[in-house]
Amino acid sequence: MATEIHAVRRDTAASATGRPAMPGLLALAVLLLVLIAAPYVLYPVFVMKVLCFALFACAFNLLIGFAGLLSFGHAAFFGGAAYITAHTVKVWGLPPELGILLGTAFSATLGLAFGALAIRRQGIYFAMITLALSQMVFFMALQLKFTGGEDGIQAVPRGHLFGVIDLSQSMSMYYTVLAVFLFGFVVIWRTVHSPFGQVLKAIRENEPRAISLGYRTDHYKLMAFVLSAALAGLAGGTKAIVFQLATLTDVQWQMSGAVVLMTLLGGIGTLFGPVVGAALVVTLENYLAASNLPVPVVIGVIFVACVLLFRRGIVGEIAARFGEKRP
Amino acid sequence: MSTIFGIPPQALFGQLLLGLINGSFYALLSLGLAVIFGMLNVINFAHGALYMLGAFVAWLLLTTAGVGYWWALLLAPLVVGAFGVLLEKTLLSRLYKLDHLYGLLLTFGLALIVEGIFRHFYGVSGQPYPIPDLLRGGQNLGFMFLPNYRGWVVVASLVVCLATWYAIERTKLGAYLRAATENPVLVQAFGINVPLMITATYGFGVALAGLAGVLAAPIYQVSPLMGSNLIIVVFAVVVIGGMGSILGAVLTGYGLGLLEGLTKVFYPEASNIVVFVIMAVVLLIKPAGLFGRER
Repeated sequence: MATEIHAVRRDTAASATGRPAMPGLLALAVLLLVLIAAPYVLYPVFVMKVLCFALFACAFNLLIGFAGLLSFGHAAFFGGAAYITAHTVKVWGLPPELGILLGTAFSATLGLAFGALAIRRQGIYFAMITLALSQMVFFMALQLKFTGGEDGIQAVPRGHLFGVIDLSQSMSMYYTVLAVFLFGFVVIWRTVHSPFGQVLKAIRENEPRAISLGYRTDHYKLMAFVLSAALAGLAGGTKAIVFQLATLTDVQWQMSGAVVLMTLLGGIGTLFGPVVGAALVVTLENYLAASNLPVPVVIGVIFVACVLLFRRGIVGEIAARFGEKRP
Repeated sequence: MSTIFGIPPQALFGQLLLGLINGSFYALLSLGLAVIFGMLNVINFAHGALYMLGAFVAWLLLTTAGVGYWWALLLAPLVVGAFGVLLEKTLLSRLYKLDHLYGLLLTFGLALIVEGIFRHFYGVSGQPYPIPDLLRGGQNLGFMFLPNYRGWVVVASLVVCLATWYAIERTKLGAYLRAATENPVLVQAFGINVPLMITATYGFGVALAGLAGVLAAPIYQVSPLMGSNLIIVVFAVVVIGGMGSILGAVLTGYGLGLLEGLTKVFYPEASNIVVFVIMAVVLLIKPAGLFGRER
């Protein structure tokens, strides 16, 4: 039985030929301008946090939105990479770019292992398996020596990018994070609009039919899983450098839930949705941290409201209202 | 002092008993999950939160109204069950026509809300719940010491699991239920109120979680976090057992609890992850689960 999350059944930014259409490129240009200007208006560290989570959510969305796979264990890739990056930079003294690369590679490998297990089951089971596997990573982070248990790895040096750019300067750090985010975003954009992405969508819509057309759907799903895990790792490793720490918070299942919410709120299956969702959730958490309201309750209420009333998400709604209708 | 595999028997049996206790909770919770999933096609992510709610209702009954353990054993599941009925009627029932994943997402949100509220008011530290007078003390079995209350938990959960199995597999109501999971439209055409059955099933399933919470209260501390980590292990149990059979869910629950206990004896570092490792192995060998059938 193929699961089909009711994604927006039209590409917000692509014509049938796979060439990005005007609205998509326009949105990208606007996003770029906003992000280049953002640190002059907002607190740079806050925007960096948004960017890391936006990339994380985009990576997660690649699975749910374009392959119909709900992973409830993406914290393992995000947090796992954060630990690897933090450790290699702090203890081995590697430069930040290599640390992030190793974190990403670790998450890709982990994604290969988890994906191979999880794609053996469909739908709800898939979600439960990814959740359980990620919990294993959580316990390892809790118990292994190098992760520092409850304290995590703290005081990770930001170092110098390529040996020249001093990342302790917040502006140079910011534009590095922006570059990483854009790289990830473009990779996802290209993937979605490639023949590979088209096959993923076919699997999302009707897996048995994709199989009957001769596609090895398991290979495609696994590839998507590895790519998504790697990008989630890229986000996690970058976050470890920005905040100079890796903690259990990043590998907890609540983090997996948070990324699901970001994507759902912004719009599953849209390219820009996860970015908007991540920005909103991070802003909300910052805002709530200063207030007396319990964060999980508010997050939970938004979750319930999204599922019941607002399944397309913000960007999904906009696209459905203003986009050209296509049968 | 004789030893078994180099382990003193006291320690070995003590850990096995602990494993059996954990297994009792795994069994009760995965049973509830299986019953709910069979009828609603929803994986109830809020199950852990409702187990916690059961424990808290018992604790609140004791501390605010002075209602003792035995009444709590009856009242707390009823309260949790009623809450479940309310949830199903107002929220879950809107999602049956959609993808199953939305049910998972919705109940995840509910779990966050319920746990968040209790965390807000009671913090993360646990509240002690006294063992009822009747079950204080223990039995010396010669090779080990068995605390009465722990023995009671194992027996009680076994009785509840078997009774549930009997009700579903051997009674007329259970036959309706099984028929409705197979083909709700047809059963409805025979004049059986399927929506009511769905609501009742959800209520019953979460009442089981509430009951587990009351049983757990004197053993573990009553804390807002008691359900959130347990539910993930129970999910793994469900994946290992498969959703195919009620008995499968129960057996897998007890078996994995015992296995966890054994791991604590021989290789304590891995006791937290052994269930997940077994899940991975089972997925490699038998993707549908030990008792499952692909649906």
